[in-house]
Amino acid sequence: MKHKVATTVNGHPQEHEVEPRLLLVHYLRDVVGLTGTHIGCDTSQCGACTILVDGKAVKSCTMFAVQAEGKNLTTIEGLAHDGQLHPLQQAFWDEHGLQCGYCTPGFIMAAAYLLAQNPNPTDDDIRKGLEGNLCRCTGYVNIIKSVKSAAAMMGGATEKAGERAAAAKRS
Amino acid sequence: MIPAAFEYSHATSVEEASKLLDKYGEDAKVLAGGHSLIPLMRLRLAQPKALVDINGIKGLENIEVKGSKLHVGALARHVDINNSHVVKDNLPILAEVAGEVGDNQVRNMGTMGGVVAHADAAGDYPTIALMLDAEVVTNKRTIQAKDFFKDLFTTPLAVNEIVTEVVFPVANGPHKYIKFRRRLFDWAIVGAAAQKMNGGWRIGLTNVGPTPVRAKAVEDALHSGAKVEEAAQHASDGLDPSGDLRASPEYKKHLARVLTRRAIEQAG
Repeated sequence: MKHKVATTVNGHPQEHEVEPRLLLVHYLRDVVGLTGTHIGCDTSQCGACTILVDGKAVKSCTMFAVQAEGKNLTTIEGLAHDGQLHPLQQAFWDEHGLQCGYCTPGFIMAAAYLLAQNPNPTDDDIRKGLEGNLCRCTGYVNIIKSVKSAAAMMGGATEKAGERAAAAKRS
Repeated sequence: MIPAAFEYSHATSVEEASKLLDKYGEDAKVLAGGHSLIPLMRLRLAQPKALVDINGIKGLENIEVKGSKLHVGALARHVDINNSHVVKDNLPILAEVAGEVGDNQVRNMGTMGGVVAHADAAGDYPTIALMLDAEVVTNKRTIQAKDFFKDLFTTPLAVNEIVTEVVFPVANGPHKYIKFRRRLFDWAIVGAAAQKMNGGWRIGLTNVGPTPVRAKAVEDALHSGAKVEEAAQHASDGLDPSGDLRASPEYKKHLARVLTRRAIEQAG
């Protein structure tokens, strides 16, 4: 029997009838049509399918679509705004945080969760925070650089915004 | 792979979940965090006819201290156990163990009740539950941890019985859990836990048999004044672990002795 599932994906409401066995990752890719979320393994290990469910990093291959009823989902497609890359996307680009790119959406979503929890992570925090994601090309070094660089950009952006706000108040 | 088809229902109370499980009988499984169940279903090692989703049951995620006991709800996620100040203050070894289960994504979903009910020999919480004489509370009864982990993936839970919470003693003395593995997110090849409690030591071992193991011989040796190094030699007494891809039986017994010594020495 099919079940109705209503979610919000990257800010847009979605409603579909799905089979209970449909995995969330297949729902996103095949039903909603967002193929940025990748499937890299069959064993819940690689993290390529990582998305945010109500702000928490989750492997979307290890959740059924029916479980996402009423949830707010963010995929890699939901990060850039008005053609402007998210700092994590920009940093992975600048620091060569990818080679083949297959694992990248998962890494970026896991890193987005990490930076939301800890805006100023050390190298060790990043290694531990990304333990659920596998990359077979980069050797991880540039991925860690990318996350650090994004953290700096995002911290910097907040400071600048703060300074602007403070300046606006003064004037 | 795509799991075999099943019927899905979403329970909003323990009573409702129990009734649904009754309706489907042996072919149904409870869906909590799903991080053991869904991978098994994807590989079609498990093909339940029905899943009863208990994630909507309010109150099962609570973590609280009542008297000298720490009550951890079945739906408490690893991330919440890891971050909980109540757990850190009252049973810090449990908070530390929770931070070593899986990875961030797994810890955001996986639950106390799921790990305990699944009874995987490589599960970390069962070791802590067994060595501390925790109690597994269900919708029907309270089961002592020593009677709960009967065999590999085998518990006394009836078809319509649901774990609602696990009750641990408060213990905030010296403690250490060492999870030995090659990859950070992996299962323990062997794990060893040491907790000082009521003046004595409790020692537990993970993945050295079909169930968690309490190393009584080590506890007794320490109690009679043996040095840590000598006492830890008893960690492999009576063990008959099976070999797997990661370690031979002999290597697991060696790890049990070495990790037990380290856990006691590093307990802080």
